[in-house]
Formats: sequence, structure tokens, C-alpha cells
Amino acid sequence: MSEGAARARRRHLLPPGTGLGIAMLAPAVLYILALVGLPLALAFAYSLSDVKVGSEHAHFVGLDNFRSVLQSPTFRRAIGNSFIFTISTQVIVLVCGNALALALRDRFRGRGIVRFFILLPWVAPISLGAIGWKWILDSIYSVVNWVLARMHLVNLYDPPMYLGEPALAMTSVILVHAWRMIPFSTVILLAGLTSIPRDIPEAAAMDGAGFWRTHFEITLPMMRPIINVAVLFGVVFTFTDMVVVYILTRGGPYDTTQVLPSLAFLTGVLGSDLSEGAAISVFLVPILVVVAALMLRVAHRAEVT
Amino acid sequence: MTTPSGPRRSIGTRLGRWVIVAGFSVLLAFPFYWMAIASFKRGSDLYNLQNNPFIFNQPPTLEHLRLLFEETLFLRWCWNTALAGSAVVIITLVLALPAAWALARLTGAWGQQLGIGIFLTYLIPPTLLFIPMSRVVAVLGLQDSLWSVVVTYPTFTVPFSVWLLMGFFKAIPRDLEEAALVDGLTRLGAFVKLVVPISLSGILTVVIFSFTLVTQEFVYALTFISTAESQTVGVGVPIFLVRGDVYYWGSLMAACLITSLPIAVLYDVFLDRFIAGFTVGSVK
Amino acid sequence: MAVVETRKLTKIFQRGEVGAVNDVDLVTRDGEFLVFLGPSGSGKSTLLRMIAGLEEPTAGDVLIGGQVVTHLPPRARGIAMVFQSYALYPHLTVEKNIGFPLKAHGVPRPRRAERVAWAAGLLGIGHLLHRRPRELSGGERQRVALARAIVREPTVFLLDEPLSNLDAKLRASAREELILFHRRVKTTTIYVTHDQVEAMAMGDRIVVLDRGLVRQVGTPGEVYDEPADTFVATFLGSPPMNLLEDGDLVVGFRPESLVPAGGGRTVPMKFRVSTVEYLGSERILHGFVVGGRFEGRRVVSRLTAATSGSFAPDGVHEFAVPVASLKFFDRGTGARTAPREVDWR
Repeated sequence: MSEGAARARRRHLLPPGTGLGIAMLAPAVLYILALVGLPLALAFAYSLSDVKVGSEHAHFVGLDNFRSVLQSPTFRRAIGNSFIFTISTQVIVLVCGNALALALRDRFRGRGIVRFFILLPWVAPISLGAIGWKWILDSIYSVVNWVLARMHLVNLYDPPMYLGEPALAMTSVILVHAWRMIPFSTVILLAGLTSIPRDIPEAAAMDGAGFWRTHFEITLPMMRPIINVAVLFGVVFTFTDMVVVYILTRGGPYDTTQVLPSLAFLTGVLGSDLSEGAAISVFLVPILVVVAALMLRVAHRAEVT
Repeated sequence: MTTPSGPRRSIGTRLGRWVIVAGFSVLLAFPFYWMAIASFKRGSDLYNLQNNPFIFNQPPTLEHLRLLFEETLFLRWCWNTALAGSAVVIITLVLALPAAWALARLTGAWGQQLGIGIFLTYLIPPTLLFIPMSRVVAVLGLQDSLWSVVVTYPTFTVPFSVWLLMGFFKAIPRDLEEAALVDGLTRLGAFVKLVVPISLSGILTVVIFSFTLVTQEFVYALTFISTAESQTVGVGVPIFLVRGDVYYWGSLMAACLITSLPIAVLYDVFLDRFIAGFTVGSVK
Repeated sequence: MAVVETRKLTKIFQRGEVGAVNDVDLVTRDGEFLVFLGPSGSGKSTLLRMIAGLEEPTAGDVLIGGQVVTHLPPRARGIAMVFQSYALYPHLTVEKNIGFPLKAHGVPRPRRAERVAWAAGLLGIGHLLHRRPRELSGGERQRVALARAIVREPTVFLLDEPLSNLDAKLRASAREELILFHRRVKTTTIYVTHDQVEAMAMGDRIVVLDRGLVRQVGTPGEVYDEPADTFVATFLGSPPMNLLEDGDLVVGFRPESLVPAGGGRTVPMKFRVSTVEYLGSERILHGFVVGGRFEGRRVVSRLTAATSGSFAPDGVHEFAVPVASLKFFDRGTGARTAPREVDWR
């Protein structure tokens, strides 16, 4: 390389902090700070004030909103539901996703088409999938009831109200969430499964392990980081989702299926009480912080190994 | 070397696998089949409890579709969504492409840290931000306008796209860019003329996924936009296709199906690329 | 201690394609170290995997200890295998790795601990029991893999190119450890490799495979000195045997047989040197035959350090090959034939 070219090369190298690097990062960072950072700060600010839609001025009220919110039985029900729904959904999703990933691991004819069908719940817009379920679980015309009636398990003219009775409604919400998350989980778990080198299960077979022992003592532990990622994402997506509840039940019957995000929406937007709505949604933060911390730990461990 | 075929799987295993695959395929895809049937069933067939719901007891009809296209704002909503989606994709690319490249090439630990930090903002959900965000939107004078979502959607498409693109860019060997520098291009020139064209497949993946993220969104659109004409399809269909207490199920199901299928096809085609990009990004 | 036998063992991967393993009949000897040697694609790994039960044969049978095991799963065969990558379970400690086969067979914990200690002691890794595989060196990992293999006291060991992933320096010492290990436990061992030096150094007998067919089975001495065909002749030995074609005959002689002319019954061969590789302990001379029937053919000579004399390039020297070192092959089939008179002029 000639002297001149070498000098030119050294001049154009990008050490950290060069003007160009910063200039290219700046728009994205500024945008995020403005449209994520600012509203986030505002959310906390609102929760500590008495802002309502159309207020001219806001006054600092300390923890009043939180106090009033915590005393509300609806709120307590909502926070309980958020946890129940999220945990139940994750359990179902993990078991089903695992089974599906195992079934899809080896190549077989028609795997591509199967994958398309299995992906559908995740790729369709949530609201539309939920509306579809609303029709399937309709109080009068539910196809589920029709089938059950044919099997003489329910009376077609006095059927169970899947969206109208509290226990059934909760179950319906959980199942719809699970229906939506199973494809996501399956794809991630499948990626984890295929990353296990082929000779590990072969060694296990040589060592005398049958299918179940291999799966629980070798395969699953090796997939732990991926499973963690799938669970963490799944928890966030379910815990912070308001669409399924809003469309299926609007939180009913009588607020029995309310969750934090839907309650925040009902209070803050439909009820116009911005500060109380903000206070409710602030309760999402602890969970998000825990999840973020766990994700960082998983990422850090992945770098170490 | 030929790939080994492995030991013969027992009948039990093969049967088990088929049961699981078939069972889940049915369970997961069934609502869409249901949507398809409901879209074409006559009202008298649809709302008749005596009829077998799985088959057409009366000849199928296009009435629901006609209603959907001619008497509702469905097409308008699709147009709105397409428009907003395209605008959001452009904004996302403009913001995320340079940022991802700068992060991928930035030496030192803080390049990776900043990347993770940006990705973590994806975890901040709209259901936390939507209340103050509605105020921001109002201040910008965008309330009840489609532009409100165009401005706010990049808050989740950008972090995601930065992460994906970082992965793709990291896979490009530095030697390529340095060769370009030796040949006389500036750093920025190398980016525009070399890196971007090479990464087209990765960029396309980001475009598709950003677009699908836009079509999926519900909370912001519901909060910021109240007029039916300006609404997106994800909110318009469940909210405005209901007149009073009456659900026009036939048209509703048709709308769901028509919107979901193209997105599903796109997603399926690009899924492998997406996974590759994701795992490349997380593995050093 | 058992004898492994294969009868007409065949594996075809795709319909109509030539089989990866064709009609192999083999019988091991009790307690021997048998090597499957061949280039990549020769079917040696496939053959091993069928014996292990990891691959379903298209035809034929596998017998272990006199019992037909062809369709039995690996764990019913009483064998153990060491993989090329060692396949240690990364999330388990060395102790749990070694103990895993016992756990899988339902051995209770106290007895398990005994056996693990015994196996670890045998391989000198008792001090590593609480480490994880990623903290171990290549040689240590091999020892853990061997401990895991032996802990159940199997009747047969199968090793699939375990030294390929080690770097050259480590390979030699790992090889010696394997030999010592085999001498201690005396279990029938089948060892797969593409490295003919390894095969010669370690094997009691070598099975030379090419494209799914067995070319020769014999001791290292037999396959080296009396190769059954041109494939075996050129595969073993480096540099490979010199082969000169003459009509329907092929005459072969090893580079170490082409030496400066001395006494005894020899065939004289004038040799023009083109390049010299000086390797310290020996010299490899590449060159051409001068004069006679095989004028201009390329040949290689190997001289030990003991041979004196300078053989610079472009020089022509009087070399010779002892008649007894000549091997004769049929040109069409490549098979070894009886010695014949060759006109060297």
C-alpha cells in the first residue's frame, strides 16, 4: 500500500465518538428521547398530579392518586387478573410451544404449510383475531356450544356464556392470549431446539437415556437461555396487552376480567381522568423493570459462555 | 458427506407427532376457517341455531362482502393503514439505518450497551405511554388525525429495526468497507454505496416487519383517532363495524379475513430471514 | 468382552444411488483394537453408526456377542461411543456427565458415585469432577468422554474420529493415551479415522474402506507391505506408493524402496531429481525416471538421514529398487496379482 493511501486510510478510520458516528446515531436517539423518554416522564408526572382531559393547569397531589387507586376493589381485581392471566397463559404456552417445537423439529412433507397455519394467530392483527373469537364464543351462536350440544354436554338454549360469566370469561381471555402466543413461542423454541448439536442427543441415546429423560435432563436445560427469552417476551406481551380484554369483554362482566392496561384505558381515556389512568398504568413499570433486568442477565450470561 | 437419516422412529413417536401437528394446526387456524365460512354464509343460515355451522346449508352469498365494500369505511381504513404504514416505514428506515450502522461499527463496549438500551425501549409498552402521549399528540395538533400514529408508531418500529439491522450489519466484514475507503470513498459514501445495497435483503425484512407491526397496533390508534374516516383498519373493524349493539358478523368476519391473510403470507415468507437476523444479532 | 459381527451390512441413502455402505461382512476379534480407515465418503462413519444403532441399515445384520442387534436401540446393545466432538453435556459437571449413563440405567446414587470415582481414577481426572466441560482443555475433555464411555463397562467401544478436533501437538499425546487406555481395559474397540498414520499406530487390525466397500482387512504390516489393491497401496504410506503402468500391469514400489544403488537383487533405475524436500530426519526426492521402459515417469524417493550423499536437483543418479519390494497389480481392477517379469529396458 502506498504512503498516501495508508495515510488516507488512517484518517478515515472511525474511532468511537467521531462526528459522523454521532450524527448518524443522533436522529434515532433524539426521536426516542422525545417520544418515549418524555411521555414516560410525563406518565410519572401525571400520576402525581390531578390532570384531567381539558385541564388548564395541573397541581401536584403527591401520592393521592395511588392511594385512591389502591383502595379501589376494581383496581385490586385488575392487578390480580393481570398476574393470573399472564402466568396461566405462559404455562399453557410453554407446554404447547414445547410440544409443537418438538413435533416440528424433524423435516417432514407439508411442514411449510403447517408452519403457515400455525403462525396465523400471531401474525393476524390482535384485534381481528379477538373479534373472530368473540364470534366463536358468542352467547347465542357459539360454534363451541353447538358442538357440545351435539355431544349432549350442554343445552343449546341455555348455554354457558363464555364471555358473560366471570370464571368462564377469565378462562376465555387466558385461552385467547395463549392461542395468540403459542406460535411466537413455538418459533423461538424451535430455533433453540435446532441449535443443539446433533451428537448430544445421540450421545444421550448411547448412554441409555430414553426420550423423556433426554428431553428433561439434557434438551430442556440446554435450551434454558432461549426459553428464558421466550418467557420474558411472552410475559411482557401478555401483561401489557389491553386489546384482548377490551374486545372480548370490555373488562366485564362487572369488571371481573379487567386488567391493568384495560383499566388504565377505561379510566384515563374513556373516563377522562388522565392522572388516575396514568397512576394505574405506572403499576406496569415494576414488572417491566424486573423483566428488563432478567433479560440483561440472560444476555450477559450468553456472552460469558 | 450425505446427511444421516438417523434411527427409525417408532410408530408411537410418529403417530404422536402427527397428532400434535394436526391438533395444533386445527386449533390455531380454526378461527380463520371460521371467519371464511361466516363471510359467505347467508344471514338466515348464519343465525339459525338448528343448522350445522360447519357447512353451507344454504348457498353462499357475497352480500356481506358487498356490504363491507360499499356501505362501510372498510376500504378507506385499508387505505389509511397502507398510507400510514408506508410513511412509518420510511421514517423508520431514515432513523434506524444510520443508527444501526453507527452502532454496529462503533468499537468499544458502549456500542453494544447502547444497542441493548435502544432495544429495551421496545419493552416500554404503548399501554404505559398512551395517556401522556395523547397530550403530546394534542400539543402537536395531530389529534384525531392519521398523522398522529405516523408520528408515534416509530417509537416501537425504530428500536426493533435498529436491533435487527445491527445484526445484519455486523455480519458484513469490515474488510469490505476498508477496501472501499482505500479505493477513495468517504466513510459515509461507503455506507450509502456499499453497505446499503449489500444489506437489501435485511432492509426488506425490516420493512416487512415494521409494516406488520403497524397493522397490528391498536391502543394508540384507538386513543388518538376518534373520527371513523381517519381510522386504521385494526381499530376500525372491531369498533366501527358495530352499529349500536348489532354486530354485522358476516361483514366483520370478512373484514378480518381479508386483512389478516396478506399479512400472514408476507410474514411467513420472511420469517426465516427474520430469525436469522435475530440470532445473528444476539450471538457475537 | 464381545465380538462384533456384520453380515452383508448395507446402507443406501437415496433410491438408485450407490450405497454409502455396500454388503460389508466383518468379524472383530475379542479385545482387539480395530480401525476403520478410509477417505471421507468411504462409509466408515456410517458403518460405525449402524453398529451403534444410530443409523438404520437398509439391509444386513449386526451381531454383538453373538446376538442379532440390528433393530435394537443403542441402549440395548451394551456398547459405548465417543464422538468426534466428545458430545459432553455442557450444562452438567464432569461428575454428572460421567454418571449420566448410570443414572439412565437406574443405578442408585451410592453405587453411581463409586463407579464415577473408579472411572475418573482410571483416567486421572478425579480432580476435575466439579468442573464444567467448557472449562476443560481438549485432552481433558477426551478423558471425560472416555470415562463416561467406560463407566458402564460396555462390551464394545466405538470411537468416531475422536482426535480430529485436536491440534497436531495434542493429537500425538492423546493418541498415546488412547493406546494405553485400551491396553488397560482390553475392551473390543472399533476406531474410525481418515488418518492412515493413526490407523497404523493404533490398530491391531485395519479395515480399509473405499466408497462403501471393504478393500482389505489386515494388520498394519499386512496392509502396508502386502496391499490388496492399488487403493490400499496408495492410501497407506506417505508419500504414496509409486505406481508405474505397463500395458495391463501396474508395478508399484514404496518411496523408501527407491534408494541409491547398492548390492543385492535390484532393478536399476536412473533417477533425475527435480525437487528435494529436506525434512530433517529424512529427505523426499521428487523426480523422473531416466531411460528404460518407464522413461519420464514421475517417481518419489524417500531417504533416511542415515543415507549419505548429496542429491541436488537436475542431477541424474543411479538408484535401484529391490526386486522383493516390487508389488504387482492388475491395471483394470486394481487388484494385487502375482509377481511377473517386467522388461525394464
